[in-house]
Amino acid sequence: MKISTLLYTIRQGFSNIFRNKWYSLASVATISACLFLFGILYAVVSNFQSIVMKVEEGVSVTVFFHHEEGPTHDDGCGSHTAGQIATDARLEEIGQMIAQRPEVSKVVFVSDDEAWQRWATESYGEEYAEGFPENPLAGDNSYEIYLSDVSMQSALVTWLESIPEVRTVRYSQLTADTLSGTNLLIAYISLGIIAILLAVSIFLISNTVAIGISVRSEEINIMKYVGATDFFVRAPFVLEGMLIGLVGALIPLGIIYSIYNYALTYVLERFSVLSRFLNFVSVDQLFKTLTPVSLLLGVGIGFLGSINTVRKHLRV
Amino acid sequence: MSNRELKRKKREQMIAENGVIYLDNVSKVYSTGSPALNGITLNIGQGEFVFIVGDSGSGKSTLIKLLLRELTATSGSVYVMGHDLARLKHRQIPKFRRNIGVVFQDFRLLNDRNVYENVAFAQRIVEVHPAEIRRNVPIMLATVGLAGKYKAKTRQLSGGEQQRVALARALINHPSILLADEPTGNLDPKNSWEIMQLLEEINGSGTTVVVVTHNREIVNAMKKRVVTMKKGVIVSDEEGGEYIDED
Repeated sequence: MKISTLLYTIRQGFSNIFRNKWYSLASVATISACLFLFGILYAVVSNFQSIVMKVEEGVSVTVFFHHEEGPTHDDGCGSHTAGQIATDARLEEIGQMIAQRPEVSKVVFVSDDEAWQRWATESYGEEYAEGFPENPLAGDNSYEIYLSDVSMQSALVTWLESIPEVRTVRYSQLTADTLSGTNLLIAYISLGIIAILLAVSIFLISNTVAIGISVRSEEINIMKYVGATDFFVRAPFVLEGMLIGLVGALIPLGIIYSIYNYALTYVLERFSVLSRFLNFVSVDQLFKTLTPVSLLLGVGIGFLGSINTVRKHLRV
Repeated sequence: MSNRELKRKKREQMIAENGVIYLDNVSKVYSTGSPALNGITLNIGQGEFVFIVGDSGSGKSTLIKLLLRELTATSGSVYVMGHDLARLKHRQIPKFRRNIGVVFQDFRLLNDRNVYENVAFAQRIVEVHPAEIRRNVPIMLATVGLAGKYKAKTRQLSGGEQQRVALARALINHPSILLADEPTGNLDPKNSWEIMQLLEEINGSGTTVVVVTHNREIVNAMKKRVVTMKKGVIVSDEEGGEYIDED
């Protein structure tokens, strides 16, 4: 293709938009509305997932070991096994094995002294522990294990219970199940809504483009009679569709940026206490994914909508 | 000799033997089952001026569509400029159509563009250099008598002027054949005669002109070859013939 033809095609693509300004406006509005809903949904889902992830980070499994001092006791919320005494070297080795597991994000060793100090302070105040000459929890060394994926908790527990030195594994199956269930539910719901939104946008945009092009079917007809190739006829319409898609994506991105920025600042300023428990996604973080995805969707929908509709009118 | 040269020689031989338009026992039946053409055979030689006349439903429009390869024949063969249209691939059709200029009763102009743009458009399609387009279009507009109107929007023109723009667009790429489908159908007698004179001039320069018309007065006055169609068959084909209304 000659450069002059390429330039002509680009010029025609641009001028088509202004030549059919009402159709162009309708198409931009349709794409904008769909991508606005998509953007809002994406922002909500991202924040929800971020909050759930923060909650997941706080979920831990605690593992206790057999020791010589004192009797084994049942605290009522874990599994208990009879087995071998854990030496210090073996404890360290088990700690390393736990840390190497893929589902584990962090392992913290809690010595018997630390455990007693912590329990006494939490229950009765700092000076309470000092009144005891001996540590009632002597030998109760443990590991606090934090998971990167709570859905793997039961696999980890089963593995821990298979270690002969392990006396008790304390965990909350309900929390893990609720969190992984919530995660799955969010993923399914958001996938479902996004699929519906995309289907609706492609349907609406195809119809809008079809109306715009059927108005110009006469023009396409003339082009074909004069001897225009399919590419020559199609290219300006496809370019026009892609430009409409691009503008249709930029508008909601701008609106969502302003709204999200304002809402985030407002929530963090007015309810600063929330930020301690909830992990909100920053504007930059959100738009790092939302911008390319929205632009790609807008341009892609414009491209597909126009190319399919023009094809129907090329059979002259 | 290359394959392309062989094909060109074959086409030239076909034109020399059978003319630029050759229909060999052509029939066309639409998917609804109604026959539009029934075993038509017709030869039109290089540089001829031919009127195709007949009542509505006689098959004239179907014939034009076959020649433009908008439709394909149900049976028989259609050759235009030596091309067997049944063998033409979809991607070859645009290039083939550049050999044919076409004008319609309703002009079919791009109404949102001016006169110059409408004519230049046909040259852009065949990728003529912009500088050449700027040179060619005013010459063609002068030929059809619209030298001073190149900036006018087509809606601002009279019917006769619009048909001249359509003619200029059809001729700008120097086609071998000009098909005119009821070119005077929307024009008053004065403009009709002016358009026919233009067509005669165009024919005088060597272009084959095929005019489908209902205008008895013009057909009878111009004393050209007249092909009369009725119910999908050719009922008469006479040099210097007349348009006889059988009703």
